Amino acid sequence: MTGPNTPAPRLRAEDLTLSYDRREVARSLAVDIPDDSFTVIIGPNACGKSTLLKALARMLRPKAGQVYLDGQAIASYRSREVARRLGLLPQSSSAPGGITAGDLVARGRYPHQRLLKQWSPEDEEAVAEAMRHTGVRELADRPVDDLSGGQRQRVWLAMVLAQQTSILLLDEPTTFLDIAHQVEVLDLCAELHARRGHTVVAVLHDLNQACRYATHLVVMRPGGTIAAEGDPATVMTAELVADVFGLPCRIISDPETGTPLVVPAAPRRFEREDTPDTGAPDATPAGAVLAETL
Amino acid sequence: MTAARETGAPAPDPRPTPAASTARPASPAPSRMVTGRVVRTRKGGLSLRVHGRVLAVTAALLGALLLVVGTTLTTGDFELSAGEVVQTLTGNGSGAADFIVHTLRMPRLLTALFVGAALAVSGAILQSLTGNTLGTPDIIGFTNGSATGALLVIVVWHGSMTQIALGALAGGLATAAAVSLLLLGRGLGGFRLVVVGIGVSALLLALNSYLITRASWQEALQAQAWLVGSLGNRGWVHANAIGLAVLLLLPPAFLLARRLSVVEMGDGIATALGVHVTRTRATLLAISVALAAFATAVTGPILFVALAAPQLARGLTRSPGPGLVPCALMGALLLAVSDLAAQRLFAPALLPVGTATGTIGGLYLIHLLITESRRSRA
Repeated sequence: MTGPNTPAPRLRAEDLTLSYDRREVARSLAVDIPDDSFTVIIGPNACGKSTLLKALARMLRPKAGQVYLDGQAIASYRSREVARRLGLLPQSSSAPGGITAGDLVARGRYPHQRLLKQWSPEDEEAVAEAMRHTGVRELADRPVDDLSGGQRQRVWLAMVLAQQTSILLLDEPTTFLDIAHQVEVLDLCAELHARRGHTVVAVLHDLNQACRYATHLVVMRPGGTIAAEGDPATVMTAELVADVFGLPCRIISDPETGTPLVVPAAPRRFEREDTPDTGAPDATPAGAVLAETL
Repeated sequence: MTAARETGAPAPDPRPTPAASTARPASPAPSRMVTGRVVRTRKGGLSLRVHGRVLAVTAALLGALLLVVGTTLTTGDFELSAGEVVQTLTGNGSGAADFIVHTLRMPRLLTALFVGAALAVSGAILQSLTGNTLGTPDIIGFTNGSATGALLVIVVWHGSMTQIALGALAGGLATAAAVSLLLLGRGLGGFRLVVVGIGVSALLLALNSYLITRASWQEALQAQAWLVGSLGNRGWVHANAIGLAVLLLLPPAFLLARRLSVVEMGDGIATALGVHVTRTRATLLAISVALAAFATAVTGPILFVALAAPQLARGLTRSPGPGLVPCALMGALLLAVSDLAAQRLFAPALLPVGTATGTIGGLYLIHLLITESRRSRA
């Protein structure tokens, strides 16, 4: 079942056909997640990137094809066994009302626990470590409902970390967060990847963030095919962005990191039709965002 | 309601200070991360997380239950002393006391306790699966399905009490099967279940009304008496039937409670944590439906216990998961207290317990809606 001579990566998908209800999202999709990489999946809306992630996490059963984890079809594992190897943070999840952050993180230990073994010293250690790495140790006693968006996302990440899986799948971990918290969460992911040796797979929206953090980029095109994959520096070209997103742009070097930075082409200038007031309101927010990113 | 008052007072602080972690200095974390105490055997073969508050609430509920059981067995048209009751229970009672306790009061009381527990756990599971406080068997239509089954037996086949109960059981299960079929392939969860259930419920209600209009006045009277939900004239047949159902269905429900609390967090997280979501949902739904169907078969539809008991239990334990044990006790207590009140407060009149729970439940529902709206405004 394993690949030819080169060792197959731990997580890969072969010939996937994915569909929601009866709508086909992707056909004969194949993707390898390089071991120890920070892989980021990007693509325009509704291109099937989250669907692919769901399939990789066996949340969605492919219509055809197979996802392989450690050389074996992921569907052939017991659910709990997968949960010990592969962690997933879905886009939306709800914390039970009134639960404390510590208790929520502790739920990440579920696949390691049994009915009469609800809290082993290993559980305690894993939870403490996960909370330390995500910087939420002090929040342990606080109800999750009271936390800020960024804190809450870090608590959820801690929960996934407490699961102690070496592969982490994150479905748009930065949505609903302001720019500072986005950076904070991505920095944390990068740290987990670099220092702790996790293989991280994330679906992101922001191309520049993707280029900054990814060691491996997977660019999907509408219709669920892969447009390009590889090192962001070589993959991210103006042609690709024009082709996949239909956005004319320039690619410059990120002054902070040297990674590709996508700068959309200047908008056409419009003249005010009624009042000849000054100022172009469109320019301000875009400029502000750029300034913050830099 | 007495329970609420009694448990409110002794319930301790949500997190009693230093936990068992002090007993294990080896643990790396000096301060506590998770709520509750950890109880472990030396070799670690057994380790449990125990929540003081849940234990206290459970104990208080048990105490309150004991009180209600005592009151129910001793008071009434014939007052008995506690001693006399104990004597009859050990088989040494006088003829009259024996008759009153064993034939009149005990089966009715046990039926109340079992039906209450069954409805409460059924409601708790369904509320948890749908993620909706209103997702209870009476609202999703299983109860109306049971009623349809019972009415068919009464009006069309002129069956006996046992046959009516069997009809109700079949009706409830068939309704659940129909709802599941309508949801086939779309998951047995959440909002969809509630909406489809309410739709099916409305259809069945119409059918029920139609059946009553087709009935003779005697049948209609019998049907109406069944429809209001009553513990009157319940004997050992009823107590044994619901007792057996509870004995068979509650333990697996309790065992699955941990998994249920994970499923509550969403299908994505639950799958990620290694729970087979579809299977878990299907199993729990089956248990919930069976509990509600058995309970309804025995007493007729008793409303609001399934809605209120889980919420009250959750409110008291303040635990984020569906604590099914306190919930079962709360249900048993609610129904036993309601029946006691219905029997004693309106003494000469025979008030069916369904009226009492309907009244209490209605008030509770209003309270729930007001606090909800207040919270959403805040």
